[in-house]
Amino acid sequence: MSHDKTKKQAELIREISGVNPYKCMKCGKCSASCPSFNEMDIKPHQFVSYVLNDDLEALVNSKSLWKCLSCFACIERCPRDVKPGKLVDAARQLVVRERGGDFLSADEIPEKLDPELPQQLLVSAFRRYRR
Amino acid sequence: MKYSYFPGCTLKTTGASLDRSARLAALALGFELEEIENWQCCGGVYPLGSDEIATKLSSVRALAEAKAKDQELVTLCSACHHVIKRVNDDMKNVDDIRTRANNYMKLDEAYAGETNVLHFLEVLRDRVGFDNLKAKVTNPLKGRKIGAYYGCLLLRPGKIMAFDDPENPTIIEDFIRAIGATPVVYPYRNECCGGYISLNEKDMAKSMCKRIKDSAEGFGAEMLITACPLCMYNLNKTEGGISVRYFTELLCEALGITEEGKAL
Repeated sequence: MSHDKTKKQAELIREISGVNPYKCMKCGKCSASCPSFNEMDIKPHQFVSYVLNDDLEALVNSKSLWKCLSCFACIERCPRDVKPGKLVDAARQLVVRERGGDFLSADEIPEKLDPELPQQLLVSAFRRYRR
Repeated sequence: MKYSYFPGCTLKTTGASLDRSARLAALALGFELEEIENWQCCGGVYPLGSDEIATKLSSVRALAEAKAKDQELVTLCSACHHVIKRVNDDMKNVDDIRTRANNYMKLDEAYAGETNVLHFLEVLRDRVGFDNLKAKVTNPLKGRKIGAYYGCLLLRPGKIMAFDDPENPTIIEDFIRAIGATPVVYPYRNECCGGYISLNEKDMAKSMCKRIKDSAEGFGAEMLITACPLCMYNLNKTEGGISVRYFTELLCEALGITEEGKAL
């Protein structure tokens, strides 16, 4: 990724998320609260550092984007109002807003369904996994 | 007393018993849920991006309709409640979102967050009152040990949802007491069930739900109750352990609405 594009994307993440990552004091409460912590390659508190360092390539390729459950535990418990979950979501938005950025295609869905599966699950997954 | 009511997609299908039992219980308690006309799906998850407008409009439509009828807007599904409550907060407090949403909607009168959004549990606590509910219970569920499963969406973020203390809630335990049963407090009651991750990563949701069920059972619960069809699905897909019911099903049972209390 070119330097200019990286800078622009880092700005975009701050804009979409509305988060000020400079306020983070690295207490780690977000990562300690995260139910997906073990599944994440970049942990919630590290996400903040990646945004600060403009290391966007790592962020947009991180599998953490698809492991966040939107449970809002990190957002609730952040003592500095940094809201790491919003940064994860903004990075995910950067990916799915680009052509070909969908995490799941419609063709992949039918085999994942079962008769009890609630519509709520499908609409939520669609909103998180694709544009 | 009439409230505007937003059932949401799942309550018309796999979560139909949540809808049915809530409507019956409401009538028995002296209030009515009047369904919003032509409501549209809330989208399931609240769009966090500050530049997301279109994804919030279905909530604004429902909120504006309730405002036109001068009614409070009642929800049942945790996800609908979460999304609509947060969009309402945006419409009230975020100038940019309010302006852009109203520019798009072109309503007769601009919407600025005037509608009060209540979850059905809040109606029971704050409008009916748990003491009055208790007085109307004809079939108290004596001796039943029930764990409240709150999950995420009703509670967090606490400042916006303003539902209960997000770390140490009591509303569902108070509800359980009101219907004559015994609440069991356990540590995982406000931990995530995995949510939509179970579409793609079923094992991840199962291991999270197993922790929740084991935790509740370990503290002596014989059953869990929830307000969320997705929590219900994830918990039920996790084999073994205690059973899970919608809180409204037990409410019907306690109110003596027998056909709703069993085998829903």
